[in-house]
Amino acid sequence: MARNPAAARRTRGFPYLLVLPAVLLFTAFVAAPGGYALLLSFQRRKVNGGLLGGGTHTVFAGLANYRDVLGDTELWSGVLRMLALGAFTVPATVLLALLFAVLLDLERTRLKRITRLTIFLPYAVPGVIASLMWGFLYLPATSPIGGDRVDFFGQVAVYFSVGNVAVWGAVGFNMIVIYTALRALPAELHESARLDGASEWQIVLRVKVPMVLPAVVMCGLFTVLAALQVFNEPNTLKPLSNAVSSTWVPLMKIYDDAFGNSDIYSAAATSVVLTAAALAVSFVTARIIQSRVQQEAA
Amino acid sequence: MSVIPTGRRGAAAVALLAAGLLVTTAACGGGGSGKKSDASAPAGSKGKVTLTFWDWDPNIDKVVAKWNAGHPGIQVKLSNPAGGDQLVAKMITAHEARNGPDLAKVEYQSLPALVSKGVVADITAYTKDTVAKYDDATLKSTVFQGKVYGVPQDVAPLMLFYRADLFTRYGLSVPKTWDDFAADAKALRAKAPKAYLTNFDAADPGWFTGLAQQAGANWWSTSGDTWKVDIADAPTKKVAGYWQGLVDDGSVAKNPSFSPQWNKQMNDGTLLTWISGAWAPAQLGGIAPATKGKWAVAALPAWTAGDPATGIWGGSATTVTTDSAHPAEAAEFASWLNTDDAAVTEQVKQINVYPAATSGRSLPVLRSAPAFFPNQPDFYAEVKKVAPAARSFPMWGPDVTVTFTGYTDGFSKALQSGGSFTGALDAMQSATVADMKKLGFTVG
Repeated sequence: MARNPAAARRTRGFPYLLVLPAVLLFTAFVAAPGGYALLLSFQRRKVNGGLLGGGTHTVFAGLANYRDVLGDTELWSGVLRMLALGAFTVPATVLLALLFAVLLDLERTRLKRITRLTIFLPYAVPGVIASLMWGFLYLPATSPIGGDRVDFFGQVAVYFSVGNVAVWGAVGFNMIVIYTALRALPAELHESARLDGASEWQIVLRVKVPMVLPAVVMCGLFTVLAALQVFNEPNTLKPLSNAVSSTWVPLMKIYDDAFGNSDIYSAAATSVVLTAAALAVSFVTARIIQSRVQQEAA
Repeated sequence: MSVIPTGRRGAAAVALLAAGLLVTTAACGGGGSGKKSDASAPAGSKGKVTLTFWDWDPNIDKVVAKWNAGHPGIQVKLSNPAGGDQLVAKMITAHEARNGPDLAKVEYQSLPALVSKGVVADITAYTKDTVAKYDDATLKSTVFQGKVYGVPQDVAPLMLFYRADLFTRYGLSVPKTWDDFAADAKALRAKAPKAYLTNFDAADPGWFTGLAQQAGANWWSTSGDTWKVDIADAPTKKVAGYWQGLVDDGSVAKNPSFSPQWNKQMNDGTLLTWISGAWAPAQLGGIAPATKGKWAVAALPAWTAGDPATGIWGGSATTVTTDSAHPAEAAEFASWLNTDDAAVTEQVKQINVYPAATSGRSLPVLRSAPAFFPNQPDFYAEVKKVAPAARSFPMWGPDVTVTFTGYTDGFSKALQSGGSFTGALDAMQSATVADMKKLGFTVG
């Protein structure tokens, strides 16, 4: 575009200007609070003395908060519960999204628009509202789906009850991503497959799914990240049942430390540990997926 | 290849940037505006002062309006950011940002924690006349080491609320002792297999704490600057053991209170009693609207027949924060709200509080029952009989939230997977002591 060198010089700074708003917002709302949390995680509150403390001051605690966090068995139980939840919510979300996308993409499917909207709709409902509504469905006294026969908050059942809310909240979004990828496939592909005598089933399995695999993988990554941040669903179901404790998953523990026990320093340390773990998980997952996709492409 | 000329692109970028900055500044500026009292007027001056007041009582606005009408120089602006423990968390956060309200409603058990964090102000100098209007037992909740940290609003002795109609239908007599209560619970299960006398609530620690107080527990006590924590003491273990028995043989329900499930069961007659504070009538209207006029109140069952002791659940004080630029005016309002006869009468009418001030307990308004109890005209007479024998701990600890979280998690787990209640008490004890030591309190 730039025909003379002077114009080139003038536009050189332009890309920076374009990303500036995003950088500013990121700095103000992600980087700065993150840095502050890191600072807090090395501090601790101490009372000034006397019976009621006479006010408090903050002291440098070194790695003491991290030692406490890593030695906290309740946090690790929370991590295990989070992993147990993720172990079925992630595959369930992705597989259901793929299934719905493929079904909607079939030629003979009728009522596509309304079905698509219906499946997408739960995504538009805020997680807290969805959890409250599911809560009414689960509780025996208010349940229209057999809460008096099935204990939806039983020892094992509670995982599926919580996971169910999360899955329905995420399937719609992922379905749209995969469905869009399916619609983008050139029609000649299925036509030639059909001419070659492939059944609808074979077209789906051998042609469509392999071609939208990158979209499916991306959805998987999103879902893994969402599973690490599970909070709304169990936190909203907590007051309804004895089955969910205040430290049920790591984010609930962080919330309880910060706003229940007003110990923002422990909460900050736990947040830093969790962030580091999440970064490691997503980095490793992304690397594995990338190398797989490249292998298949090669 | 873009076709937009460079100049236009630059303009677009500037517009975008401006919009971005606008969002940033708006987000930073929000929340702080209109919150603080008028700082230009020096404390104690006669200029117009506006005080902010955080309170979650339903209809408190009508009481505040009464003050505002009579005091053009000191206007009170009410807001309701949250209730109970959540309000405490918000007060602490706002204090960190030097942005707290002038006044806030605080439940007695949260007061020591707020004092220790420096959130609540010492108002001894402004309340010399006010404290004379309270008895010593009530003042113990807001006066620590000779300093006044709040003006008591209400006291909430633990009582037994029961469905008078269903007690008659099933031929149950109102239990006088805990043995009677257990017998009633079993008798009811035999007569009406779908109904329960009550539910064991692991979600709200307040009622269990009250039961422990009735039995004589002293979870926190002090000598000099040293704390003694004794949550798993013998009286508390007795209470825990008693309820463990009722839960284990299926005599009582196990679901948490204040859930949709519980609301429905309270409304449809599945649950026949509620062990609650004297403030219950104001809540029952929302919880079980269909049962108006069917409830009655009685003294809490006793451990030995004739012992009038009971515990407390809640009860609050109006506090002035250390962020307030007008502590004198704020204290004046707090005193008026809780000791002026007209103000207290309005509170009884609007919020169903049982007044903390001594004179408030003889007000004519207490001769008629709360709106939800039209069948029991002597409602407040019953409360008045019980209130003097309500005992709290010698002192609430400075980290009650830790203890209370321990209760919710420990007892819920025990109900869910059949663990022992006394084990949960031990866990509460060790978590509380560990937290106090971490904060630097001296624990003996």
